[in-house]
Amino acid sequence: MNKNLTKKLAPGHATCAGCGIPAIVRTVLGATDEPVIVSNATGCLEVTTTIYPNTSWKVPYIHSAFGNAAATAAGIDAAQKALLKNKTLRQAQGKKPAKIVAFGGDGGTYDIGLQALSGALERGHDFLYVCYDNEGYMNTGCQRSGATPYGANTETQPAGTQSFGKDKQRKDLMEIVKAHGIKYLAQANVAYLDDLKRKAKKALETPGPSFLLVLQPCTSLWRFPTSDYVKVGKLATETNFWPLYEIEDGKYTINYTPSNKKPIEEFLKTQGRFKHLFTSRNKNIILQIQQQIDENWEKLQKKVSGI
Amino acid sequence: MKNKPEKNKSNIKAMNGGYAMAEALRQIQADVMAVYPITPQTTIIETYAKMKADGKVATEIVHVESEHSAMSATIGASAAGARAVTATSSQGLLYMAELLPVASGLRLPIVMCVSSRAISAPINIHGEHGDVMAVRDLGWIQIFSENVQEAYDDVIIAAKLAETVDLPVMPIMDGFHTSHTTERIEICDDKDIKNFVGKRKAEQSLLDFKNPVSFGPVALQNSYFEFKIDQEGAMQKAKSEYKKICAEYKKISGRRHGLFEEYKLDDADSAIVIMGATSETAKVVVDNLRAKGKKVGLLKINLYRPFPYKEVGRELAHIKKIAVLDRAISFGAYPPLYQDIVSSMQHAGSHKHEIASYIYGLGGRDTLQKDIEKVFDDLEEGEISNKVKYLK
Repeated sequence: MNKNLTKKLAPGHATCAGCGIPAIVRTVLGATDEPVIVSNATGCLEVTTTIYPNTSWKVPYIHSAFGNAAATAAGIDAAQKALLKNKTLRQAQGKKPAKIVAFGGDGGTYDIGLQALSGALERGHDFLYVCYDNEGYMNTGCQRSGATPYGANTETQPAGTQSFGKDKQRKDLMEIVKAHGIKYLAQANVAYLDDLKRKAKKALETPGPSFLLVLQPCTSLWRFPTSDYVKVGKLATETNFWPLYEIEDGKYTINYTPSNKKPIEEFLKTQGRFKHLFTSRNKNIILQIQQQIDENWEKLQKKVSGI
Repeated sequence: MKNKPEKNKSNIKAMNGGYAMAEALRQIQADVMAVYPITPQTTIIETYAKMKADGKVATEIVHVESEHSAMSATIGASAAGARAVTATSSQGLLYMAELLPVASGLRLPIVMCVSSRAISAPINIHGEHGDVMAVRDLGWIQIFSENVQEAYDDVIIAAKLAETVDLPVMPIMDGFHTSHTTERIEICDDKDIKNFVGKRKAEQSLLDFKNPVSFGPVALQNSYFEFKIDQEGAMQKAKSEYKKICAEYKKISGRRHGLFEEYKLDDADSAIVIMGATSETAKVVVDNLRAKGKKVGLLKINLYRPFPYKEVGRELAHIKKIAVLDRAISFGAYPPLYQDIVSSMQHAGSHKHEIASYIYGLGGRDTLQKDIEKVFDDLEEGEISNKVKYLK
């Protein structure tokens, strides 16, 4: 394995075969040469990288609880500010504070960690928050979260004779984060690593808080072959299910427009979690999903042109 | 005051418990303080914020959006090697409950000032020990203060103790009775306190890039148990370290602190065991009854966790009749301090002790001298059963 890639997160870890989380972490942390400190919410990343007495982390790392990665990062930020007033420490650390990066899944970010994230953003702490979004509580076996898309089958809102799975749209986390007036935030996708790297670099260079929302197709619980996560990830963007865009100082930019936009079925049919939609009874659900995607895309384009 | 020259400023002040705890936090020179309001703790953080606004402290203040984040930020700061502090009460303490065992499990020497208060429902903002009792098994050292002077002293002792044993400490004062009561207290010199607590030297820190550490790993069936036994070892060590630190503190303050305070116990036949602000009322009652020739005494517990079972047992060994006064209720069980005293007495002395249980002062209910007198009357008349009585 490329030694440069594993400088901060070692190759020895216990994520599932075909999981994109390590690629997200390595790409984000690889976007800076400055020292970094990681704050991690409870979840897939944490349980697979820190099984005592081993750790995959080659950079300072803390896991405290599920809903507090941003608040923990806030405390580290305050500590750095306080302790860098101390001369010896300042010299040891090259006078500059380390970059603080918080990682949380969608459960730890959209749901249980949202308040802590909001508080940390409002206070303007110097940190980057990265949400790896696998659209549900995957570490505990695929329960519905505020990020789970309409129509998905989960263990806590399963499809059945009276149910087509989740009957609500997911939260628009990007707009929630944007409302805090932070200088840089972006939506990315693990299947587009160059785009993610560029965004991570920008985010890490932004003074104050910045935010990345990264789609992370979950081979185990979206249910697709382990070899397909790049393919599934690409289809999410090629269908406009997951557009790549960024917001700098309130200004929207779409980073990728599919030249030949694919229908949403192309994305849905690759995954077991949407299998139940391909029945005559649930045909209209797919239509609704398509309609919602088209509306969202239109709205996003309007935001880009400032209408 | 105005006419006095600055240099002759006396160290004797009038202040309430909230202000006194803030004053102690200023003197220990905390690096980071997370602040979130809740009555009756808010006086601490407001006083501290004003000190910051006036340039009297260099502390980084984090204006968190909840107590959950207050404890989280304090954990992050402490893991980064900072001297990190916060303050809370009641629901706020319970809102932090998820993170309290994280702080102790990570062995972080956080100091959290608690102005203790009743817990909902029904909501009640007044003094009681129900909040701190609810979190007594989460690995925090707990020290109870009797009055404003002790509230000040205990924060300083807590800071030194925390960093000596790498465990978080909760100095506790009774909400309102101590936090909002102005009393005469003596403040130590800034320099003395600075030398006494020293600078924090964290063995491991998130700011150590040469030796990166992973804080808060997953520990499974093969290691979790050992982590907890180690933590208990540190807790036991805290007891002797606390005694040493109290002795050292006496040298600079002239004030005696210890595991507990024995009040007129030597020749007593019956005694009350109590913690916190109501000890003062009870001491007055002891004095009054002594004046009438009654052989009564009092034991006030200072260090509640870790609990000094052996020492308490020895201290009370000669007392025939004991009444334990709890300012908390433990639903479906005997009250917490009572349970601890019964455990303490199990192996102490040769005769059987009669131990009565009383609950007082819930939700800020006044406990008057006559209530305490009633307890001693009960003991004298042999009205001691295993039934919990309420002083209300």
